[in-house]
Amino acid sequence: MLKMQHISKIYRTSTVETHALRDFSLQVREGEFVAVTGPSGSGKTTFLNIAGMLEEATSGVYELDGRDVSGLGDDARSRVRNEKIGFIFQSFNLIPDLDAFDNVDVPLRYRGFRADERRKRIEAAIERVGLASRMRHLPSQLSGGQQQRVAIARALAGEPRLLLADEPTGNLDSEMADSVLALLEEINRQGTTVVIVTHDPDLAGRIPRNVHVLDGAVDGPQPVVRAWPVEPAAASLRAGAIA
Amino acid sequence: MLAYYLRLATRSALGTPGLSALTVLTVGLGIGVFMAALTVFYLMASNPIPDKSDVLYAVRLDNWNPNKPIYADRPEQPPWEIGYRDAQALRASAIAPRRAAMHKVSLVIEPERDGLRPFETEARLTDGDFFAMFDVPFLYGSAWDRAADDAGSFQVVLARSANDRLFGGANSVGRTLLINGRTFTVTGVIDTWNPVPKFYDLNSGVFDTAEEFFVPFGVARELELTSSGNNNCWKAEAFDSYEGWLASECIWIQFWAELDTPEQVERYRAFLDDYVNEQKRLGRFGRPLNNRLEDVATWLDTRQVVRDDNKVLVVLAFLFLGVCLFNTVGLLLTKFDCKAPQVGLRRALGASRRAVFLQQLTEVGGVGAAGGLVGLGMSWLALRGIRATFHDFGGLTHLDWALVATAIACAVTVTVLAGLYPAWRVCRVPPATFLRLQ
Repeated sequence: MLKMQHISKIYRTSTVETHALRDFSLQVREGEFVAVTGPSGSGKTTFLNIAGMLEEATSGVYELDGRDVSGLGDDARSRVRNEKIGFIFQSFNLIPDLDAFDNVDVPLRYRGFRADERRKRIEAAIERVGLASRMRHLPSQLSGGQQQRVAIARALAGEPRLLLADEPTGNLDSEMADSVLALLEEINRQGTTVVIVTHDPDLAGRIPRNVHVLDGAVDGPQPVVRAWPVEPAAASLRAGAIA
Repeated sequence: MLAYYLRLATRSALGTPGLSALTVLTVGLGIGVFMAALTVFYLMASNPIPDKSDVLYAVRLDNWNPNKPIYADRPEQPPWEIGYRDAQALRASAIAPRRAAMHKVSLVIEPERDGLRPFETEARLTDGDFFAMFDVPFLYGSAWDRAADDAGSFQVVLARSANDRLFGGANSVGRTLLINGRTFTVTGVIDTWNPVPKFYDLNSGVFDTAEEFFVPFGVARELELTSSGNNNCWKAEAFDSYEGWLASECIWIQFWAELDTPEQVERYRAFLDDYVNEQKRLGRFGRPLNNRLEDVATWLDTRQVVRDDNKVLVVLAFLFLGVCLFNTVGLLLTKFDCKAPQVGLRRALGASRRAVFLQQLTEVGGVGAAGGLVGLGMSWLALRGIRATFHDFGGLTHLDWALVATAIACAVTVTVLAGLYPAWRVCRVPPATFLRLQ
C-alpha cells in the first residue's frame, strides 16, 4: 500500500540545513494498522506529510498503491490525496463556519461527485461515526471527541485506501481517546490501511505494528506485523469499489 | 462548483465582516469617484443626437464690435448667437429644408385645473421646424406649422411633464391654456426628451433639462417677449421700445439649420456670405467676414463642452482608483493570510491549487461586485452633490444602464486584478505549513 525507499527530506534556509528524514525506508501493507512513534523532532510528522503527499521528499522513491508518486505535479498529487488518502489531525481541523455535514462535504466537492452521491456518502459517513443526530451542528457546538469523529467521517466519506492520523487522540481525554481509537480499529478491520503518528506509548501499545522513528530514520528492526483479519463483507465491498 | 464557491465566498465575507466591509468600501470609494468623473465626462462627450448630428448646423455671424472681438480669450470666434434682424433674414431663406431660430423666454402660465396656481416658467420660443429637426418625439399631436410661425399664432407644445401637471396626462391637443394673459391652443405633447448636452442652447446650462413649454417664434413680437437667457450688446444704441431692441445689434438668438447634402451646405455658406457682404455695404458687420456653419460635433468641440479640467479630473479619479486598489491588495493579502490555514486544509483534502485559486477569485469577484454597487451609490451621491453645487450640471441626475453595467464590470475586473497576487500567494504556500500552524 505504502512503500518508501531511501527517502530523505531536507529543510533549507539561508543559514541552516535540517535533515528531517535520512534514508527513511518503510513499507506498509494493505489493511495494516501501524503506529509511527518517536520523540519530538524525530521526523514523524515529516514522514506523515510525505506519506500524505502534503510535502515532497528531497530524494528517494515513494510508491502509493503500487504507483510511484514521487514526481507527480500539483493537480495529480491533489487528485491522489483526494481519492486515496484520508487525513485525521490532532486538532481536528474542522472548518469552524461549516456544520458537520458541510465539513464532511469538503473533500467530496473536489472529487466532483454529484449532489445526490455526496449526500449519500456524507450521511453514511456521519452515521458510521455515530453522529447522525449532530449533522447540522457547527464544530463549536460539538465536544472534542465529537469533532474528531466528524473529522474521521470527513476522512472516510471518500472511501480512501489509506487513513493517515496525526496524534488523533492528542487533544482528547482518555474516555474519548478510547472511543476514537475503537472507531479507527473498526475502520481498519473493514479493510482500510491506517497509519497513526503518535508519541503516546499507551496508544501505540494497542496498535498491532509499531514503527519507531529516531533522528529521521526507522529505528531498529521492524517488529512482527500483526494485522486484524479483514471482515469478508467489507473486503468484498472495498474490492468492488476499487474495481 | 461556482455555486459552491459563491456560498463559501458569502460565508467568508460574513466570517470577517469588518475586513470585508473595509475592502468593499475601499473598492466602492475608488469606483464611486472614478464613475462620477467618468459620468460627467461621458455625458459631456456624448453625441446628443447621433442620427442627425452631421446634418444639423449651428449658424453664426459676426456682427460684433469692429474694434474688438466678442471673446478676448478666443478672438477668432464670432458670437455664439445672432440678432433679431439677422435671424429674420435667415428664417426667410428657403435653402435649408428646415431651420429654427430660438431663445429662452420666461412665461407666466395660468392653469385651469383646480388647485394649481399660476406660475412662471422657462420656455423656448422657436420655429415649428425645431421638433422635426431635433427628432423630438411626440406623445400627442404635432408641432405647429410654418404658417403659425409667420403669423405668430398662439399655439403651444407641452412637454409630457407639463401635460401631466396641467391636464392630468390626458391628450390635451386642442385644449387651451392661458399664457401671459393670452389663450394658447395646445397642438402637441412631446414625450420625454432631454438631449445631453443640451446642444441647441449651450448658453443657459450645458446639462439643463429641456424646456416644458414651446411657443412659436412669431409670438415674441405680439407679446414683447425678451430673452431670459443671454442678451449681449456692444453698440451704443439708444432704443426705448421693444421694436428698437429687435432692430438693434444686440444678440440673443440661437439659430440652427438642417442641411441634408453637401450641396445644400455649400449653397447655405454662399448665402451667408452674400447676406453679410450685403449688410457690410449697408454699414453693418464691421468685422472681417467670419461666418460659421458648424455641425453638432464641431459645435460642441468649439464650445469646449468637454473642458480640459474634466479630462484632468478623469485622470485624477483613475489614479485615485489605483490607490484604492493598491489598498485593496493589502486588505486582500491580510484576509487571505488569515484564511491560509483553511486553504491548507482544503489543499490537504484534495483541492488543487487551481481550485483554491478560483475559489479565492470568486470571493474577490463578489467583493468587487459589492464594491461596484457601493461605488454606484457613491457616484449617485457625488453627481447629486455636483448638481447641487454647480447649476450648470443640472441634467446630471442619472446613471444610465450602460454606466451601471460599466461600473459593476469595472469594479469586478479591477478587484479581480487586485486579488490575483493575494490569491496566487495563498495557493503557493505548501499545505503542510498551514496544517502545522493549526
